[in-house]
Amino acid sequence: MPSLFLENLTKRYPTGDLALDSVWLEVPEGQVVALIGPSGAGKSTLIRCVNRLVEPTSGRVLLADEEITALRPRRLRRIRRRMGMIFQEYALVERLTVMENVLSGRLGYVGFWSSWFRRFPRDDIATAFSLLERVGLTGMEDKRADALSGGQRQRVGIARALIQDPDLLLVDEPTASLDPKTSRQIMRLITELCSERALTAVVNIHDVPLARMFAQRVVGLQAGKIVYDGLPDGLTPDVLTQIYGEEDWLAADREYAPTGNNLVKSELQDQGRLAGEG
Amino acid sequence: MAVFEGQNGQDWRQRTRLVDVFVWFCWLIGLSIVVACLSFISDKTIWAFVLSAPQEAGDLGGRMFPPDWAYSNTLWRPLWDTFNIATLGTAIALMISVPVAFCAARNTTPSIVFVRPIALFIIAASRSINSLIWALLLVVIVGPGVFAGVIAIAFRSVGFCGKLLYEAIEEIAVEPVEAVTATGASSGQVLTYGVVPQIMPAFAGISVFRWDINIRESTILGLVGAGGIGLQLSASINNLDWSRVAVILIAILGTVIVSEWLSAKVRAALI
Repeated sequence: MPSLFLENLTKRYPTGDLALDSVWLEVPEGQVVALIGPSGAGKSTLIRCVNRLVEPTSGRVLLADEEITALRPRRLRRIRRRMGMIFQEYALVERLTVMENVLSGRLGYVGFWSSWFRRFPRDDIATAFSLLERVGLTGMEDKRADALSGGQRQRVGIARALIQDPDLLLVDEPTASLDPKTSRQIMRLITELCSERALTAVVNIHDVPLARMFAQRVVGLQAGKIVYDGLPDGLTPDVLTQIYGEEDWLAADREYAPTGNNLVKSELQDQGRLAGEG
Repeated sequence: MAVFEGQNGQDWRQRTRLVDVFVWFCWLIGLSIVVACLSFISDKTIWAFVLSAPQEAGDLGGRMFPPDWAYSNTLWRPLWDTFNIATLGTAIALMISVPVAFCAARNTTPSIVFVRPIALFIIAASRSINSLIWALLLVVIVGPGVFAGVIAIAFRSVGFCGKLLYEAIEEIAVEPVEAVTATGASSGQVLTYGVVPQIMPAFAGISVFRWDINIRESTILGLVGAGGIGLQLSASINNLDWSRVAVILIAILGTVIVSEWLSAKVRAALI
């Protein structure tokens, strides 16, 4: 049974840009899908159409047989509780503390005045403590979000999404603002948590090597259309060219290789090419 | 931005020649208007009076000196009134301007077509009328005294606080708002968790700034009978009692300096 099902999903913005063009996508329960593609391919729009932060123009979105695209506001809020979202720029409320940010993941479950006076249920607070421990932020509860480093902020973002106890994680460029090492740590944390909790996840990601390393399945989006859907190993230079456009993909791979020699060699090749052109 | 072929290949200047001539022409027109205005003002001025200004000022200064220090004892009460008019007026204004600002901001208004124009009209109406004129009207409506002053200050401040606040609301980062929405929070919770923390520094700054302005504005409300130290000031001026006027001016100056110092302290503590 698919956990998430997108049926003929189309989004055209009022400016006339066609961000998604009849997208069909099935994600089985517990699968981590990486969504790759150039900027403007519609990755963020796709993810936002699932929890309807962006209203799709046409098509249907189903989460475990419940049709999200047909829900009225009250029911929509209820189903949003089952979808955790993680953002590129962390999207924390900077002037609130770490604890307040994490607990804001429970807002769908507590009433207005309880949340106004920060009276969250005991269980939620206990869960928040254990989640902060799980993401490695023990003792940071009372720090303000703007006092944290990028990697720490993303960990708060992850804890906020997980305290919702979601079935589905929507992850929008989680590593785009982080350094390479922190990026790997964050991606590892997200995938570990998904397998621990059997979560379905759609992860937008720029970084092809990271997608290869951590996803079970890769979907390539180009100008609002799915142009690749398969295993990470299937991302051959031809496929990457189809997704991103013409580029020397093998040279890029060599630059990512750990030995310095290759790097120098590919640089020399580049210079040779340039010299040849000039 | 003009790129053109010069003697040594491509050349670049900020403007093309045509635009250059146009800009100089605008300066010429601007300067001629200034000269014309100066000559018009000069024709309408009785220069004999202006030339005797130093003597007149010296004469007035002489009459103000020495200030009637004994009079200062009766000023404490009106000064306290002035302070209260400013503080209460600001508080009431803030209570009204917060909902008005949320209705006026594009990203939080319940309806751009119906509610937003009304909120913008309230802001414009309040801002377009000086607090002295509000006081003049209110003295007629609610009678003379401190109450008229409080309401006058409040009415004038609603527009000021509302405008600055709604601009601050429109400038907030959208990502935290999206994130709170995505958790399934209700619209009230999205406001209090996503929006309110982001505008708190602006809100604190605006309230203290407006309170500071209102201290100064409330010193003159007494001129039209709306309470405060302005009443004593206008009475003393009408009686040509310049040594008392001097004391009042010194008292106002002192109050303004204290309020300025206080607001700087509060602002530093809040932000």
